[in-house]
Amino acid sequence: MATEAEEPDRRDFLVLAASAFVAVGGAMTLWPFIQQMNPDAGAQALAAIEVDLAPVKEGQAITVLWRGKPVFIRHRTPEEIAVAKAVPIKDLVDEYARNDALPEDALATDPNRTKDGHENWLIMVGICTHLGCIPKGQSLGDAKGDFGGWLCPCHGSHYDTAGRIRKGPAPRNLEVPVYSFLSGTKIKIG
Amino acid sequence: MAGHGLPHGPAYEPTTAFGRWMDARLPIGRMMYAQFIDFPTPRNLNYWWTFGGILTFFLVAQIVTGVVLAMHYQPSAAAAFDSVERIRRDVNFGWLIRNLHAVGASMFFLAAYIHIFRGLYYGSYKAPREVLWIIGVLIFVVMMATAFMGYSLPWGQMSFWGVTVITNLFSSLDSIWKGLGTTIVEWLWGGYSVSGVTLNRFFSLHYLLPFVIAGLVGLHLWALHVVGQNNPTGLEIKTPSDAVPMSPFAVSKDAVGMFAFMLLFCWFAFFLPDYLGHADNYIEANPLVTPPHIVPEWYFLPFYAILRAIPSKLFGVIAMFAAIGVLLFVPWLDTSRVRSTKYRPVYRWFFWLFVFSAVALGWLGSKPPDAEYVFWARVFTIYYFAHFLVVMPLVGWFETPLKVPGSITEAVLGKEHGDKKLAPAKS
Repeated sequence: MATEAEEPDRRDFLVLAASAFVAVGGAMTLWPFIQQMNPDAGAQALAAIEVDLAPVKEGQAITVLWRGKPVFIRHRTPEEIAVAKAVPIKDLVDEYARNDALPEDALATDPNRTKDGHENWLIMVGICTHLGCIPKGQSLGDAKGDFGGWLCPCHGSHYDTAGRIRKGPAPRNLEVPVYSFLSGTKIKIG
Repeated sequence: MAGHGLPHGPAYEPTTAFGRWMDARLPIGRMMYAQFIDFPTPRNLNYWWTFGGILTFFLVAQIVTGVVLAMHYQPSAAAAFDSVERIRRDVNFGWLIRNLHAVGASMFFLAAYIHIFRGLYYGSYKAPREVLWIIGVLIFVVMMATAFMGYSLPWGQMSFWGVTVITNLFSSLDSIWKGLGTTIVEWLWGGYSVSGVTLNRFFSLHYLLPFVIAGLVGLHLWALHVVGQNNPTGLEIKTPSDAVPMSPFAVSKDAVGMFAFMLLFCWFAFFLPDYLGHADNYIEANPLVTPPHIVPEWYFLPFYAILRAIPSKLFGVIAMFAAIGVLLFVPWLDTSRVRSTKYRPVYRWFFWLFVFSAVALGWLGSKPPDAEYVFWARVFTIYYFAHFLVVMPLVGWFETPLKVPGSITEAVLGKEHGDKKLAPAKS
């Protein structure tokens, strides 16, 4: 069997072809077993929801469930908006808007965190960007942190009235999901 | 472990530093080499011997697809049926994995039946392979329990009523001791009827038993490698020329058999996934309505036919279990001096008559219990048992076997080659 090192022979070709066949076949067989763990059609069907904002008065906030995650919807007061607008970008921990509707490098100005003409509505995924807890600040009696927005009780991250991280271990601003106004008081998230 | 003492390829020599380090601590590579690379395999194995490998493949495949299905399946009376439908429609590739599992069960049994008939034909149960054979029968029994509980999980009408009928078999014990059967049945059910509680425990056991099978398969292989493989001549390996190393010879032959069987498997899984099941199982379980005609899965049909052939409830149940239990005694029921049916001109006819009876019982089991069908089921049930209890002992005693070759080599290469001491086949 052991011949001197020469030209590749028929056996070499067969071994190579068979190995390639096994590798491709194996990968193709493996794929369904990996893919099956991804969100299924049922989960994807729940990917968009509609929310009526009419009952939410100025200064109030509601939390809705979207893709299994809480979404904070805050009807901001003019003072809160003014405070948020007054913050210079250089004072921010995370200077990017984290708004899924905008390019990744959009700056975290207050207009970039809301929609034109609807700047009284701040809509964000209510999951702390540190380790996934839900920050306090939705209910009237909640501690809202040093910047009047939200305070995460797990590790003390403070968010301002535009949902931007200002103090604490969280690395990023709260995520703004893709949403659109269907009418003056109705939105579609997702 | 092999008692042949037949050196074959070069001795195991770890080629890397890590291999040598490991070999001095846990010589698993040395064991794998001795048992699955260099293991002396009879040189005359035919394709019927590839089913052991095929069965190993199916055990692994059923465990892998089953673990995946358990990630999506919900074992409760309220959610089970819908969760199976969700697997088929919503889960990514759920249709594929579910089909592979359901069809895989059928293919597993098909391969097991071929494997069992091969053992019966070539006398693979005869000394010194009795323990090997008995472990095989135990694997078969646990396989049936696993498949039965697995079939309950989709919680369709056939699932529900199949479980009801089969668990009720134990109520026949009431005629031996009043209340015994009912007590057992209620214990199995966890209630006074089949319910979500029953489903929950069957799911748990359905997940457990395949690992019991895997353990038994380990023992089966161990026993096999102690006594060595039987072969179409039924002769033991006596000289090096009777054997070839398992790799690449037996391994590549196994691969050919495996690919052929996989074609059949894939044909069913992709084109006829529901052919081997029953349409009524796509109706959700309803404890108030029994389907007009209850049939088990095809692989239980012969035993179902035996159950129905006996007019007494208790004896029907006993006959059904005895039909499997009798296999345990086959090593001692067969009195022939010759192993392989190849050299048994009389027994050969009875063997095929037995195969015919088993298949006929399977067909009759799928038919409604009308008079004609029951009559023939009785005829074949009688032969089923007579084959083991009468034919095997008697034919072995009076039959004159054909001349058996002197060795495996002689059977393969003819007399003159057999006389020379051939060198072992080189790898």
